[in-house]
Amino acid sequence: MKLAVVLVLATVALVILGFIFPVHQATTPGIVSGEALPGVGGSTNTPEAAVRSLLGDVQAHDWSRAYSLLANTSDVPKEAFIHDVNGNYGSLRTFSSLEGSRTRVLNENGDQALVRADMHWSTAVGPIYDVRELKVVRDNGSWKVVWPLEKQPNVPPQVVPVNYLRWDVIYRGPQDDWGTQNVDSPQVRIVSMNAVQNGRNLVIVGEVVNEDTVPAFVDINAILTGKNGQNLDEESSFDKIQHTLLPKQVSPYRIDFPGYNLSQVKSVRMEAKAMLVPASADPVIAVLNQHEQTNVLGRKVLSGDLLNESGRTVNIAQVLATYYDSNGKVIWVSDGYVDRALLPQTPEPFSVDMPDSTVGQVQSYRVTVNHYIRQQS
Amino acid sequence: MLRLLSATCLAVCLCAATLVAAQQLQVPATITAGSGFAIPTTGSGTATFYLVGPSYATKREVNLGTEIQVSPREVRSAGRYIAILRHDGSSESGSFYVLAAKPASLSFLAHPSRVPVAQHDGIIGVAFVFDKWHNLVRQPQTVDFRLQAKDAAAVSQSVRSRDGVAWTLMNSGRKAGNMEFIATLGGVEEKRVIQQVASDPCHLQIKAERNPKGVLVETEPVRDCSGNPVSDGTVVTFTATDAQGRSTVDVPVKKDVAQAELKLAGPATISVASGVVMGNEVRVGGQP
Repeated sequence: MKLAVVLVLATVALVILGFIFPVHQATTPGIVSGEALPGVGGSTNTPEAAVRSLLGDVQAHDWSRAYSLLANTSDVPKEAFIHDVNGNYGSLRTFSSLEGSRTRVLNENGDQALVRADMHWSTAVGPIYDVRELKVVRDNGSWKVVWPLEKQPNVPPQVVPVNYLRWDVIYRGPQDDWGTQNVDSPQVRIVSMNAVQNGRNLVIVGEVVNEDTVPAFVDINAILTGKNGQNLDEESSFDKIQHTLLPKQVSPYRIDFPGYNLSQVKSVRMEAKAMLVPASADPVIAVLNQHEQTNVLGRKVLSGDLLNESGRTVNIAQVLATYYDSNGKVIWVSDGYVDRALLPQTPEPFSVDMPDSTVGQVQSYRVTVNHYIRQQS
Repeated sequence: MLRLLSATCLAVCLCAATLVAAQQLQVPATITAGSGFAIPTTGSGTATFYLVGPSYATKREVNLGTEIQVSPREVRSAGRYIAILRHDGSSESGSFYVLAAKPASLSFLAHPSRVPVAQHDGIIGVAFVFDKWHNLVRQPQTVDFRLQAKDAAAVSQSVRSRDGVAWTLMNSGRKAGNMEFIATLGGVEEKRVIQQVASDPCHLQIKAERNPKGVLVETEPVRDCSGNPVSDGTVVTFTATDAQGRSTVDVPVKKDVAQAELKLAGPATISVASGVVMGNEVRVGGQP
């Protein structure tokens, strides 16, 4: 009873002291100041608050208010700003919403500050993280954001002749007799396979080639067999593969087994399923200037530019990077979606992660691109 | 006493066997599918006749003392049949086998529908022999398999069928194109088309030429080791390495050649690959 009374009195005393001597929070460079959002209509009396308010408006799709928080409206047309944050041309960003963000003041100097915004977008293909360093300036007593607009060049009107191959398929009809010839499924072959322990996950990586002369829709399945011969788990490559393979095209694949350890596994049974599908050799997407670099978060990434060489806009592109060791063995496959559409003849930057565990072993790499084009009516 | 008991038992068994034999219908052991026959009967009055086969059953009233006519359409399916004649609370029965008639059709499976050239045992043909009633003809028959490519001598093989199935393995030719795979038995012929396609590219060579936009890189005509041009759409990967990093582009072959324009300003090394086949490497200098 005495202890309870002492605790109550101590709590009351601490609360009173808190009111008498309040601690003013300072924006310490390099320290995470907190989760942003919601910030709709929030204050702009600090650089961080201005950024958080802007991101809150973006999340609420209140473009007018978000635009009013920009300092460089003379350089950034409103439409361009909306396209930048909300996407256009049916890009992945148009199927995304800002789920949350973290802000951090990197430096603050009088009327200028630099704030890093780690944005977490919820998209149709999973979460996407976008990091931007935003310059914030004081304007008439309130802080405003200098929006770093990534301008998309306008493609000049032109005619791009496309005469690449297209494959159509006529299958055996239901009225045909048994024994009547059908078109065979394409021949595909798994050319490499490697089991890698990545933290708490067991990951199967490798490559598959379409050896046939027709396009193939490929999926790779892996079954883990335990020490006693029992099946532990079965997974497929899902979206970590280039599903549609043209003749002689090679695709990486990655199959994740969360929570499994290599020591639990006796063998892995691989299965390549291939279907004959109609396909087109268009568009050709070149991957330019691939190079390793360290991003603003200090992580190693593989960066470059995608160039859509066709005349059609590629709405959503996915980059698959295959990393090889000095023996040419596949040691990792990483992927990333590009949230902007690939306009014809226009380079679009990309970057994909290189896991820390493989950075020292990577001798070479290969980048391939999956694409999605919205059907035109 | 024991001997007497044994003899009595034997006599009873023989009598029973004789009685059973007397109740057997006189049917042929085997008949050919689709051929009718008659079953003689004795006695007088009427009886009920049952015929039960693999895909057919019938019941009808018959007059004893006359022959029971089994029509051809009642015995079209091969297999074991049971004929039962029932009258006055007793029954007689007999069983017979219907065998397939003479071969009338072939079900011919040819695999694969596409095969790379110069593939040893790359083509398999399986023929199932059927009579006109779709019964598998299990008696051995000689099936001729013939592989006929345009402008080339036909390759033939004769194979005796076993339990209704004849099969063969054949090599693919050296020239790409369609060929006919024919199975023949008597006057019956079944034809399939096998597409012989080029194999993996061989001696993949590229040349590169700088132009105002970058570097135009182009393969020599891409052919397999037998000299067949690879199929249009075959993907060729060009990889250029320069000071900016590495650039790759997957380009489909069109009219035997794959080409791409790489936006390279400085000196670069360009290599080529198709599937798991590597080609040559060329070096281009910087922009003048």
